Amino acid sequence: MIELRNIEKKYGETVALKKVSLRIERGEIFAVIGNSGAGKTTLLRILSMLETDFLGEYLFNGKDARERAEEVRGRITMVFQNPVMFKGSVFDNVAYGLRVRNVDSDEIEKKVEEMLKLFRLERFRDKSARKLSGGEKQRVAMARAFVIDADVYALDEPTANLDPENARIIEKTIKKIKERGKTIVLATHNLFQAKRLADRAAYIESGQIIETGESKELFENPKHPRTQNFIYGFDFF
Amino acid sequence: MAWEYVVNGINGAIKLVVNGDPELVDIAIRSVKVSGIAAVLAAIIGVPVGVVLGLSRFKGRGLLKSIFNALLGIPTVVMGLILYLFLAPAGPLGFLGLLYTEMGISFGQMLLILPIVISFTVSSIESVEREIRDLALTLGANKIQIMFKIVEESLSGIVLSIIAAFNRAVAELGIALMVGGNIFVRGGGLNTRVLTTSIQMYVARGEIDYALALGTILIAIVFTITAISNYLQKKWVGYD
Ligand SMILES: Nc1ncnc2c1ncn2[C@@H]1O[C@H](COP(=O)(O)OP(=O)(O)OP(=O)(O)O)[C@@H](O)[C@H]1O
Ligand SMILES: [Mg+2]
Repeated sequence: MIELRNIEKKYGETVALKKVSLRIERGEIFAVIGNSGAGKTTLLRILSMLETDFLGEYLFNGKDARERAEEVRGRITMVFQNPVMFKGSVFDNVAYGLRVRNVDSDEIEKKVEEMLKLFRLERFRDKSARKLSGGEKQRVAMARAFVIDADVYALDEPTANLDPENARIIEKTIKKIKERGKTIVLATHNLFQAKRLADRAAYIESGQIIETGESKELFENPKHPRTQNFIYGFDFF
Repeated sequence: MAWEYVVNGINGAIKLVVNGDPELVDIAIRSVKVSGIAAVLAAIIGVPVGVVLGLSRFKGRGLLKSIFNALLGIPTVVMGLILYLFLAPAGPLGFLGLLYTEMGISFGQMLLILPIVISFTVSSIESVEREIRDLALTLGANKIQIMFKIVEESLSGIVLSIIAAFNRAVAELGIALMVGGNIFVRGGGLNTRVLTTSIQMYVARGEIDYALALGTILIAIVFTITAISNYLQKKWVGYD
């Protein structure tokens, strides 16, 4: 589905990603774990083709993604770390991706309602999206992405700073979406969440992928000393 | 004695305003009309320029932006002088016949406030541009849809820029005086006297009651416009 070969990304002098290579298979939940500043967001932005100025090769379904940037963007949708809301109601926000695809309004109504229900947002339907709480906004951001019939969803810290209740709703929904055959790339510094959700995971540090593997294997039996340091470091809490 | 002078002026002004002195009303309406036209023209030209400047990336864009920013504070007397030179019968734009006309004042004020509309439009576009572009892009919008979304999201800032521009136009004196000439003939059709020029004139003549009354009207207009803009802003923020 997705293959990265030797991706390098610089912001001015800052090297955000160094020789990043990885494969993400169709239908899996793939977690990218690492500390703040490790390069998780940058990686997701490249996967979503929001950054096109990078070195290396990015293959989407076996074909060069940069040559078909628009098409790739139509098939992979990113949910940002800080949920940005458009002006207008929750309904308008969730409907946006369908409206720009010229879906007819009955269909929009149906699909949006379904998503609002999935994320328990029904009662906020006509409320101003920017007036919602952080957790509610995060759910709107997810609903707004998942309403689109994409192949891949790139989720950047979907539950950071959320209370357990909101986090639970979101995790449950991520699993449901996976059951529909969708591919999910999840960036998180929450090890436990990655362990709960992911089929496979990669540990990233200072822009480099240190170790990739089945998530059970990676978390229970990390090979690389840096991964061990990251994972066992958590056990002291 | 000293305070009597002020109090008498205020008393006279209150009478004039309360009685709706026709001359005052005429001048006030002209002021709003002339500066309103200036604001509309500045919006018609300035908003598209600001949107393009805010959305596009080209060489010289930064320079252009700093030129418009520098022009924000241009002294109105200097602007009035330059316009006078251009619009005077012997000047390069003399053939337009705009000197000492209402339209001439509108034209001059339009040039004065154009940088306000452009600069403020650019900054309201820039303040939402990055976030909204990324979001719309990842949700599958095409270039034109993204552009519309960005403009939609900056609309309240754009409207505020037009209101700020109107306020600057209606309160300026230099252009209205030098290009307009403060012409007033009772019942005449070619009058160019506006609030600021008449205040200046009445003070010079020592008719403080008239000056105060006109000053009050001017402030009332500016405050009303500002209040409306605050209300609109709140309404927009309320649903944003
Ligand atoms: N637009 C940018 N301009 C300059 N530097 C950037 C930019 N975006 C990211 N960086 C830098 O790139 C590096 C990786 O950042 P990135 O946002 O990908 O980290 P992250 O793993 O997502 O961190 P966090 O967990 O805090 O979100 C950091 O050193 C960051 O400062
Ligand atoms: Mg990040």
